[in-house]
Amino acid sequence: MLMSALKSLGELENSAEFAARHIGPSAADEAAMLAVVAPGVPNFTRRALIEAIVPRAIARNKPMQLPAPLSEAQALAEMKAIAAKNTVLKSFIGQGYHGTLTPGVILRNILENPAWYTAYTPYQAEISQGRMEALVNFQTMVCDLTGMAMANASMLDEATAAAEAMTLARRSVKSKSNTFVVAGDCHPQTIEVIRTRAAPLGLNVVLANSAAEWNSLVAGGDYFAVLLQMPTTDGSIHDVREDAARIHAHNAAFIIAADLLALTLITPPGELGADIALGTTQRFGVPMGAGGPHAAYLACRDEFKRSLPGRLVGVSIDSHGNPAYRLALQTREQHIRREKATSNICTAQVLLAVIASMYAVYHGPAGLKRIAQRVASYTAILAQGLKDLGVQVRSTTAFDAITVDSADQTDAIAAKAVAAGMNLRRYPEWGNTMLGINLDETTTRDDISALWQLFAQPGQTLPDMAAFEKGIEPMIPPELRRTSPFLTHPVFNSHHSETQMLRYIRSLSDKDLALDRSMIPLGSCTMKLNATSEMIPITWAAFADMHPFAPREQLAGYWDMNDQLCAWLSQATGYAGVSLQPNAGSQGEYAGLLVIKAWHESRGEAHRNICLIPESAHGTNPASAQMAGMTVVVTKCDAMGNVDMDDLQRQCEKHSANLAAVMITYPSTHGVFEVRVKDLCALVHQHGGRVYVDGANMNALVGVAAPGEFGGDVSHLNLHKTFCIPHGGGGPGVGPVAVVADLVPFLPAHRTAGLGGKHSVGAVSAAPLGNAAVLPISWMYCRMMGAEGLRDATEVAILSANYIAARLSPHYPVLYSGGDARLQGGGVAHECIIDIRPLAKTTGVGAEDVAKRLIDYGFHAPTLSFPVAGTLMIEPTESEPLAELDRFCDAMIAIRAEIATVESAAWPQDDNPLKNAPHTAASLLKAEWSHPYGREVAAYPLSALRRQKYWAPVGRVDNVWGDRNLSCSCPPLSAYES
Amino acid sequence: MTTKYTTDHEWINIEDHEACVVGITHHAQDALGDVVFVDLPEVGRSYTKGEIAGVVESVKAAADVFMPLTGEVVEVNEALRAEPALANTDPLGNGWFFKVRIADMAQFDELMDAPAYDALLKTL
Repeated sequence: MLMSALKSLGELENSAEFAARHIGPSAADEAAMLAVVAPGVPNFTRRALIEAIVPRAIARNKPMQLPAPLSEAQALAEMKAIAAKNTVLKSFIGQGYHGTLTPGVILRNILENPAWYTAYTPYQAEISQGRMEALVNFQTMVCDLTGMAMANASMLDEATAAAEAMTLARRSVKSKSNTFVVAGDCHPQTIEVIRTRAAPLGLNVVLANSAAEWNSLVAGGDYFAVLLQMPTTDGSIHDVREDAARIHAHNAAFIIAADLLALTLITPPGELGADIALGTTQRFGVPMGAGGPHAAYLACRDEFKRSLPGRLVGVSIDSHGNPAYRLALQTREQHIRREKATSNICTAQVLLAVIASMYAVYHGPAGLKRIAQRVASYTAILAQGLKDLGVQVRSTTAFDAITVDSADQTDAIAAKAVAAGMNLRRYPEWGNTMLGINLDETTTRDDISALWQLFAQPGQTLPDMAAFEKGIEPMIPPELRRTSPFLTHPVFNSHHSETQMLRYIRSLSDKDLALDRSMIPLGSCTMKLNATSEMIPITWAAFADMHPFAPREQLAGYWDMNDQLCAWLSQATGYAGVSLQPNAGSQGEYAGLLVIKAWHESRGEAHRNICLIPESAHGTNPASAQMAGMTVVVTKCDAMGNVDMDDLQRQCEKHSANLAAVMITYPSTHGVFEVRVKDLCALVHQHGGRVYVDGANMNALVGVAAPGEFGGDVSHLNLHKTFCIPHGGGGPGVGPVAVVADLVPFLPAHRTAGLGGKHSVGAVSAAPLGNAAVLPISWMYCRMMGAEGLRDATEVAILSANYIAARLSPHYPVLYSGGDARLQGGGVAHECIIDIRPLAKTTGVGAEDVAKRLIDYGFHAPTLSFPVAGTLMIEPTESEPLAELDRFCDAMIAIRAEIATVESAAWPQDDNPLKNAPHTAASLLKAEWSHPYGREVAAYPLSALRRQKYWAPVGRVDNVWGDRNLSCSCPPLSAYES
Repeated sequence: MTTKYTTDHEWINIEDHEACVVGITHHAQDALGDVVFVDLPEVGRSYTKGEIAGVVESVKAAADVFMPLTGEVVEVNEALRAEPALANTDPLGNGWFFKVRIADMAQFDELMDAPAYDALLKTL
């Protein structure tokens, strides 16, 4: 062998291997793409493209400092070493987080299955029928168990659901009071988040810390709503059968936070007269994961449904009159209401809601009840045994949790428990003289004995379990036991064998398009690869089985990961400090605005409350600002979609004395790197405001430019976009908030978890690390990519968008391009907008028709009508290989030819393959065929589709019918009879 | 002519001063698309001119309905509540929203007549 052919060890070890797997196009592909992007420039390079697109003024002045990349195997080994620093003890803490057994068939076929976790939010109804069926099952499950009329498709966590219930009540009742009465025995993290959320809205939270205080406050009548929890945080079940009438007499709302497993045995909120019910569904098969992600639920009486925040899946019909699901009542949502929105919630927790619903499908009503009865029986046995041992059991009622007086032995017993591998519940806020024991589905009889042992005196004989073999009366008050049936729909009574369950799960995912089948070119959503090795750690017991309020030293691995990831995100953004607590982008925005507000207050400038937001902003921006108590002033954009600097200057001058913040998105929502962003930041600072840079488009910036360097003060990131956490079909998200140095003291804290800081804005999520269990995904991504790999990803994302713009520009107008004559598409950032409006005028074919026709070609549509109505926004990301980019471009070009056929009048405007898309197999197999185009044209417009074809399970879904005939629970089977 | 128009694309027919009829224009219903829900004001309550008196929603948009003239609401269109599509099919007739007893006839003069409203539409 010749020496020159020898490869160095470094090359052979190939530590950058993962980056090459993550980034779709190869070096040869890149050269081919560059030739298309800049046809007249020989040897055009990626570097030259980036220099042409990204303004020199904002380019990073130094590269990111990240550790050198590791291979997949090495990164997994390092992650495992970090995980090993966590100590997994048996948790008896409770407090809203419980041990649960994820059925293996659900674990492997949903939580670990890309067909479920790589799907997008179901805005395109026709390709989302499977997960929407699962979500309707979720809504039905919640309605049945709570006894409420209407439930949404999940909230971010129980604490934020309680805060949303508060504002839902505020806008739904006649009472003019601003006081919210909260029972003091709600979970402390729920109370903490409610306080965070209430303050900027001017709502007054009053705790009722005893039965006497509760009675006196409820009788007093000065409140718009009251919240209580059942069972309470210490496990008691209060008799509140009289309370609803007393509360309603004051024109106020009655809100109950309830445990779903308990509701299989105790009288549900709906039967107690509650107006709103909320809680978590975590213990339905979703691991604790140090606090999340889990799906919370929010349900209400029918009269409140139009004010219910969050996503709601409804049943409608398709173009053939068959039942079909779609998102209902979307006008409630922030993307339509903007500054009039009452909630900024956007992302839900779809993947986890799907798991919880499947847990109910798998166990059915009888199975759930058996689990609950076992837990309740063990609880009664535990209490009886402790009494027999002479322990002072405080609880007189219970479902799954009891408290005992531990007096001055509290610390000693808790320590003894830890030594024996068990965590008990501490009550520092109640004087630290009692301990709680919360049982769950995973509890065994050996655990009961071990718990007895903790409290037994030396030499004392433990109670005899045999005495309880014949059963024991649970501690649920007889008058509060549930008698009504639940989960009676056939879906909850059919799939109890593993074979049936496996096939049900598969039958649903087969209906949907996710990243495991095709590119999802959604502009502003960054549907990039969610690599398997990034996903593997999240179900390791050392991450999955951790309780968020376990003693801090047991969570050492999580905090190490937190510290490393925060440092890397600081590098990526140019900011000084990061909090990973916000569990969605909207929550990061909200937290960031609270930080700015708190900073102004700390300087004696609490009057600064004006938030300037350009009209092109994403709808969550104005919604978050109003929740943070700011007054939104909308500023203009120019014809290019850029911030109108003259208008911004006028507004800054006009509001100079009261300016709090300006929120911009960079690159803009139109996908433009605005050249004057540095001037903009300077202008805002000059008027005493802070600059919020929405990190939605961070995938165009990482390694190339940093908001913290070019003038931003605060940003949130979407780890579920730029940093590879999968979209999960509409959640989980993670929305860290990052700030410059002088704002670091104001970042979120978590007093319930013992994390303080006198300037902190407090807790914005139920758990201190928010959706902690999915953070390994972003950690793995950064660790395997390294600084160069991350920058390459950004640059290839920009190249791929420019390649699509170049290929499509001869066929469709590409909007907001830079007009660079060397570039075929004019030059765009990491996404491009193509305009369908001119075609709509001449042919009647609109952007929605193109979106639906793409389904026949096997694609999820690009983003429809955002940021400009009548357009499609395409974002390919760096992960799509050239062959897939070409398949998409070929489809778009073929669709343009179809539109030309309508233009030529060969096909009528109201009967053509676009208007009738998507075409179902059933519609093509009907005997009669009256359309002016053939069945082959409908199904196989490109020959490659004959080899691989996605068949839409339903025809075009009728949104109007669905909103006029609102139904959000499982349709009866008779609806499917034809 | 006794029908006048507002810049918010509402019409008001003041033939009966005790019960002037208010609705949304053809242009408004066309811009909204298929109406799926209306929220109507409280009968017996007085509203000032420009105050939000209701909401009209389609699948893709939500718009506030403003009180065109200060006055007391004397009747709302229950048929519209039950069948919001009336706002699309017959916006100037059976798709009316509410009736109001107006307080100040002077406010009426400030509103646009039909030619003025048509001229406004041409500028959009």
